[in-house]
Amino acid sequence: MSEDLTAFRSEVSDWLKASFPTSLKGKAAEIVEASSERDGLKGDALAWRKALAAKGYGAPTWPTEYGGAGLSHPEAKVVGEEMAKVGAINPMIILTGMGITMVGPTVLEYGTDEQKAKHLPGIASGEVRWCLGLSEPNAGSDLASLSTKAVLDGDNIVLNGQKVWTSGADKSDWCGAVVRTNPDAKKRDGISFVMLTMDQVGVETRPIKLISGSSPFCETFFNDALAEKADLLGKQNDGWSVVKRLLQHERQSQTSARSTSGKSEPLQDMAKRFVGTDEAGRLDDPDLRSRITTHLMDSRLHSLTVDRITAEARGNVEVSAAASILKNSATNVAQIRAELHMEIAGSQGLGWDGDEFGSAELENVRNWLFGKAMSIYGGSSEVQKNIISKNILGLPETTQKG
Amino acid sequence: MAALNEEQTMIRDQAKSWVAEQAPVRNFREVRDSGAELAFAPKTWQGMVDMGWTGIIIPEEFGGSDLGYLTFGLVLEETGRHLTASPLFASALVGASAILLGGNEAIKQAVLPGIVSGEQIVTLALEEGPRHKPEATALPAVKSSAGFKLNGNKTFVAEGMAATSYIVPARTSGKAGDANGITLFLVDADTKGVSRNPMHMIDCRGYANVSFANVEVDAGNILGELEQGLMVLEPVLDRARAGLCAEMHGTAAQAFDMALDYLKTRVQFGQVIGSFQALGHRAADLYTAKELTRSCFEAALKAIDDGADDAPEMVAMSKARVGQFLRDMSDQVIQIHGGIGMTDEFDAGFYLKRARTLETAYGNQAYHRDRYATLLGF
Repeated sequence: MSEDLTAFRSEVSDWLKASFPTSLKGKAAEIVEASSERDGLKGDALAWRKALAAKGYGAPTWPTEYGGAGLSHPEAKVVGEEMAKVGAINPMIILTGMGITMVGPTVLEYGTDEQKAKHLPGIASGEVRWCLGLSEPNAGSDLASLSTKAVLDGDNIVLNGQKVWTSGADKSDWCGAVVRTNPDAKKRDGISFVMLTMDQVGVETRPIKLISGSSPFCETFFNDALAEKADLLGKQNDGWSVVKRLLQHERQSQTSARSTSGKSEPLQDMAKRFVGTDEAGRLDDPDLRSRITTHLMDSRLHSLTVDRITAEARGNVEVSAAASILKNSATNVAQIRAELHMEIAGSQGLGWDGDEFGSAELENVRNWLFGKAMSIYGGSSEVQKNIISKNILGLPETTQKG
Repeated sequence: MAALNEEQTMIRDQAKSWVAEQAPVRNFREVRDSGAELAFAPKTWQGMVDMGWTGIIIPEEFGGSDLGYLTFGLVLEETGRHLTASPLFASALVGASAILLGGNEAIKQAVLPGIVSGEQIVTLALEEGPRHKPEATALPAVKSSAGFKLNGNKTFVAEGMAATSYIVPARTSGKAGDANGITLFLVDADTKGVSRNPMHMIDCRGYANVSFANVEVDAGNILGELEQGLMVLEPVLDRARAGLCAEMHGTAAQAFDMALDYLKTRVQFGQVIGSFQALGHRAADLYTAKELTRSCFEAALKAIDDGADDAPEMVAMSKARVGQFLRDMSDQVIQIHGGIGMTDEFDAGFYLKRARTLETAYGNQAYHRDRYATLLGF
């Protein structure tokens, strides 16, 4: 990259010095947690959210007229790096649910000027939370077989049907729903994408309790739920192209293999603590040592590959075909890490709750369980392999039809 | 592909077309069928010299172009793709690295220009047994009136039949297994008492068993410091391993392309076999491994060029993970081709055989996993 970002970097650094409350330093985990609740940010954290919004750094690459900062990708990377240096995080990514990562980029691409002006500023400022109504009980990997019905009625659209695995639906202000507007067309041709408010009588949400004990997903029911016709994103009956794009953004957002708690003890240190070492300092379990080694290598391979693909795109990190590879690789790394973590701790790693277990141990159990979702959501690992074989390798349509 | 500069892009493109046109697998087949002792075609070797590949890591004052290891790796990827046999790796990368890292000015002057011109083929004669373990070097070098006297055997010496001189790690004190007490000697292949015999390995390259019987070597021919040979040998081996990884990835990538092509053309049950999900998913897995491992060997070569502290870690990681990919890919290129893959007439078998010698050279996967864990302190 030839452009010199040094001046910009010091500008960002100065702004952070003036705007980032020092009281929030080292409080990333707390801010993430507070951000997942409605109106969870208070005091300095709230002030930080507002400062980010005013500067446009919550969605740095979006145009300034829609609440962004109009930065290039390399510039946005600098903002991220400088924030990391001072221990600041961007809470908008959590605060807005699917807003920053998926809805926003798709509205930017497919939305009319009116739709952009209506929806983007609220996401960029972290004030409006979004969920996505995609999967249905009978439309999972085969999403295009969805049956939630939408009928035009004057300036309104009336929705009836059920969505499932709607992340954060119970806490969201808006929903982007994929619906069937023409039941007579071929299954991918009669689909539309519509945006509607969640706070109305025709919408009901029920959280689903997962094996990890948490309930990040909901069932969402539409009973004569109303959307405005003006909130149809893309052309009527051409929603499948919007959805495909949305799913690309989703994969792109799921390529990180980082553990949720960034400061967790390295696996090899933990293993030495639980297993012990021989006189040469080697882990006293050669089989475990070998498997930890392979995992650490694969984890590093993953981040090297993310870096390489980013560098090859020369900062132009729009949705790329490589996302399916990275999503599967991230899933493997994260799931194996959680399994090794449990294996190392033995029975101590199997606690559900109580004082006998440390917070890191309990957290890992929940992460391990929730991590089983990684190979299912956002297109299962098998669906990603279909995408790789078909779209990247050019192999003919695999045995599934449709 | 790492972000390459213009010169690197040019060299890569040139290597791609030259190897495909001038040194394809069918040439390797001809050499194998002829049973030639050198195990490479002199014309191919001369072509490489003419293109300047022998000088890629050698400074300009000795006739090279000093473009670094990543650039050398780009060429090795292409020779790996077509299994091109030559002393390029053994002499212009491994031999040259040892001279660069351990040679005094006089040795550099005497040897490096010859490596560039192809007149000298300098190869590392390290192994004394079937399993890679540098510190287990035992071949004794005893002080004599002229300098040192070497006695013993070196085996599996790459390009050992073509070599004009050998770099010989020998024990000047201590016992096998000690890190101290190993000294590196540069020994002319014509020296009295040196004899060699070809070893016929599965990949049909020019390996040799080299014997040293009361071989007198002048103390001026020591590379690095007396007793401290490992200090030079370890970084030389890491350069060799990183280069091997580039070649291995090229070999595996070509096997992948062959398999993918077959998946798109072979028809069974009335459809091309690539339409079967079991095979589509396998191809997707192999492609994913190809992309992930590309990142690590490029990073390893770059770490060497940059003199990065973590170069040994990056190299160990690459040799292990590229090794696994090559193993899987070389198995699958046979499996996906079915019966035709088992025939000598088809090339897949060459890739399988070469894959195993590359994986074994300078430490297999297990060796480098152990090394990586040790480097990370567990």
